[in-house]
Amino acid sequence: MSSEPDVGFDSAAAVDGGEAFEAVVVGAGPGGAAAAAVLADNGVETLVLERGVEAGSKNVSGGLLYAEESAPFALDDLFPGVREAATERPVTRNYMDCLGDGNVHTIDLSGVHEHDTAWCDSVLRRRLDSWLAERVHERTAAAGAGLLTGVHVDGLLWEDGEIVGVTCDELDPIRADLVVAADGVNSELAREAGLMDWDEPEEWFQGVKATVDVPPAAVNERFGIDENEGVARLFAGDLFEGVRGGGFLYTNRDSLSIGTVFHLDSLAAERAEPHELLDALLTHPHLGRWLPDEYEEREYAAKLVPDSKKAAHPSPHRGRLLLVGDAAGQMQAQGPIIKGMNHAVSAGGLAAEAFLEARNRRDTDAAGERYERKLHGSGLFSKLKPRRYGAVGRLGEREAVADAVDDLVDSRLGRLGVRVAGGVVGRAFNSPFLLGALPDTRSAYATVPTVLAEELGAPVDAENGAEPPSLEERIGDLTYDTDVGNAHIELVDDGYDASGAAVTACPVSADGFGGGCYREETVRANGDEERVVSLDTQPCIECGTCAVVAETEWTHPRGGKGVDFHEG
Amino acid sequence: MAPMHTAVLTKGVPDFREGKVAFDEEGHLERGNTPTVMNPNDEHALRAALQTRVRHGGRVSVMSMGPPGYEDVLREAMASVYADDCVLVSDKQFAAADTWATAITLATALERLGDPDLVFAGFKTADGETGHTGPQTCWCLDVPVVTHVVALDIDPEDRTLRAKRLVEGDVEEIETVETSLPAFVVADPEFEPSYRTARHRLERKRLRAEARERAEDIDDHLTYWDHEDLNLDPDYVGLDGSPTIVSGVDPIPRAPAEREATEVDPTDPEAMGSVVEELTPYAGGD
Ligand SMILES: Cc1cc2nc3c(=O)[nH]c(=O)nc-3n(C[C@H](O)[C@H](O)[C@H](O)COP(=O)(O)OP(=O)(O)OC[C@H]3O[C@@H](n4cnc5c(N)ncnc54)[C@H](O)[C@@H]3O)c2cc1C
Ligand code: SF4
Repeated sequence: MSSEPDVGFDSAAAVDGGEAFEAVVVGAGPGGAAAAAVLADNGVETLVLERGVEAGSKNVSGGLLYAEESAPFALDDLFPGVREAATERPVTRNYMDCLGDGNVHTIDLSGVHEHDTAWCDSVLRRRLDSWLAERVHERTAAAGAGLLTGVHVDGLLWEDGEIVGVTCDELDPIRADLVVAADGVNSELAREAGLMDWDEPEEWFQGVKATVDVPPAAVNERFGIDENEGVARLFAGDLFEGVRGGGFLYTNRDSLSIGTVFHLDSLAAERAEPHELLDALLTHPHLGRWLPDEYEEREYAAKLVPDSKKAAHPSPHRGRLLLVGDAAGQMQAQGPIIKGMNHAVSAGGLAAEAFLEARNRRDTDAAGERYERKLHGSGLFSKLKPRRYGAVGRLGEREAVADAVDDLVDSRLGRLGVRVAGGVVGRAFNSPFLLGALPDTRSAYATVPTVLAEELGAPVDAENGAEPPSLEERIGDLTYDTDVGNAHIELVDDGYDASGAAVTACPVSADGFGGGCYREETVRANGDEERVVSLDTQPCIECGTCAVVAETEWTHPRGGKGVDFHEG
Repeated sequence: MAPMHTAVLTKGVPDFREGKVAFDEEGHLERGNTPTVMNPNDEHALRAALQTRVRHGGRVSVMSMGPPGYEDVLREAMASVYADDCVLVSDKQFAAADTWATAITLATALERLGDPDLVFAGFKTADGETGHTGPQTCWCLDVPVVTHVVALDIDPEDRTLRAKRLVEGDVEEIETVETSLPAFVVADPEFEPSYRTARHRLERKRLRAEARERAEDIDDHLTYWDHEDLNLDPDYVGLDGSPTIVSGVDPIPRAPAEREATEVDPTDPEAMGSVVEELTPYAGGD
């Protein structure tokens, strides 16, 4: 797969069996940036490898970056000036709009938004991550190495059954005493080490987002804020045809981030089309209050999001390999509030500290154990996987119980209860403690908010003329550097039963749409008609969905290849 | 071991992609009326020089001979090879030189530059298309020349160079040759630099950042040399020193850009009838 011609002379490193660095950090998202900064500042020769043409070009978030008071690391401590230089707006107001039957009932989420929050800014990832990466390069270069973009780490380097470094598409093998996998969701390294698998749709959300162009003055005017303020709104209720999940809208300096986050198992089971669910939100009359008259979409993007309650690995290390952030499933859905970036920062900092302590004791092999102790000792792990969720949440998700709760809320008695207890529900959504225990059922996402809106809400009094682009136009507006002849995903089983879910669940594919990645086809074999699935990776936005819902051999594209997000 | 000093020869050529190429009565190109760009083939020389710089360090100079208007070309070359400095050999006396007079001038300038360990040149210029200047320059300098180079391996300590080169310019046939430094290398368009180690890529990134800073005040890094600086007898340079006689330049007539065309609806039998009528005279046979 190498792009280099074989006429060249071998470089010295290839002859010696690999270059060596003290530490290699894979991925320049918030987790990798934090780890690299702490390592480099303490004199560790640290090489950072990022597959995007620029850091951030592969990354997507909704965009609320929290700094928690209780967290061991906050981004602005590690990167002074980040808020001034690279974030969008401080989020000063946070609401949840429950929508049902043409009504809206708004809950002020200030309580949970401000709980344990030092600050919270909206961000766009291309801007944030590329700024961080420049700082990381300066600091790692001062410590003897640096940050390289356009390099895809395609595996671990093993020796006698031990991990001793990484292998790359673009570079000769690299040996290191520490390998930090901060390579995000669908971490190829975590998979190869046997620490994470991509088998269970229940362990993931799929996030889809549109960045909508709005001049700064219009943002201020429509939301009634000044340029130093920002708004977050979350949406739940009857607008998503019962698919479990919700919507969000965050204000940026001169744009809006509007998106959806759904449980992948629900999305796949309902055969829902992610772009249609996004459009249901974008075109909902309620959003007409904030959208500009001329709807102009800058970017359509999507990515899987791990659900830490189920996916966070309690012991995310093996030998010299330490997983941080999404790679370790450290993405917390605190009810409707999503916290991944901040935890990735904390975990990156803790992993680096663990290595430094182990190195001081000349026992770098103990870094993993120390990291694990820090994860649990700092309280981070119990945020990711609250014990109370184990007891209450899992029980609530058992089907019979879930249906009973659902029916109860929807019953006349339940509706009466909601009316009486409306304020209590609001308080419940503002309790981090209760949110942690909230089961992932229809009740939480659809039934309760819908009933709330129906019973307590006021009619939606806005009109919405937004006409979002078609899926074809959205794909056409994205930038790709296609790696012709090197498909990064291979369909292992093209049977419809095995892989058909991807036709709808892939955010750039749709039933009956020929321009996407996955298509359903009918082939005749021995006189029988067979439903099969075909794959074209050209429009792929590397979201990771089909790695879980289809039978594939899934990797990221080579360095610098594939989709290039400008907003994220 | 002294650090390596590498020089890259580059040349401005008329931009054949746009603008019209003008010749005077004597058949000399009228450069004043044609935009100048870096000779496209020089890019391969620059790529080879950059790889050498990244792998072995040292200093890289870019050199060109031509009118002051070449500055932009040097700027471009300097930015792409992250050069430390550049020299523009420029003098009215040098004008209208053929490859022989150019070679003498360049060789003298290279000597003055301090006899670099390695000199890179591109393969053929887009205007002259002779491919002579490089080899003639090394003949003047009395250093070995390796042409059609596609890969390089330099040992600065042993002062040797191994090169893979295309035999007779054929991609199918590659030979490996070895020679001593100083040497002259003509990079082939097939030359592909290779940066397969992280340290090489980091070094390249460092050099790029440095070069960006230098580009801000390029004049500090640009030197002009005229015939006096080079101590060259005007009889041996420029038009007077050029034994080549251009007997004439035959412009190749261009196809007319616009053709007369009529659009016809293929479903309209009447209109199609006239098409058949029009075409009949051109049909084979009678
Ligand atoms: C729609 C959506 C909304 C979200 N909303 C929020 C929110 O509001 N707040 C919040 O905190 N979080 C949110 N998240 C989650 C958040 O984006 C992630 O939790 C966070 O980005 C994780 O950070 P990380 O550093 O672990 O990984 P990432 O940010 O994903 O970074 C991983 C990096 O590694 C690189 N990489 C991957 N593989 C390789 C490889 N093999 N070789 C080299 N480089 C590689 C990638 O290019 C990337 O730069 C949201 C996610 C989505 C999709
Ligand atoms: S092909 Fe797979 S990874 Fe690519 S966009 Fe579709 S679901 Fe996501």
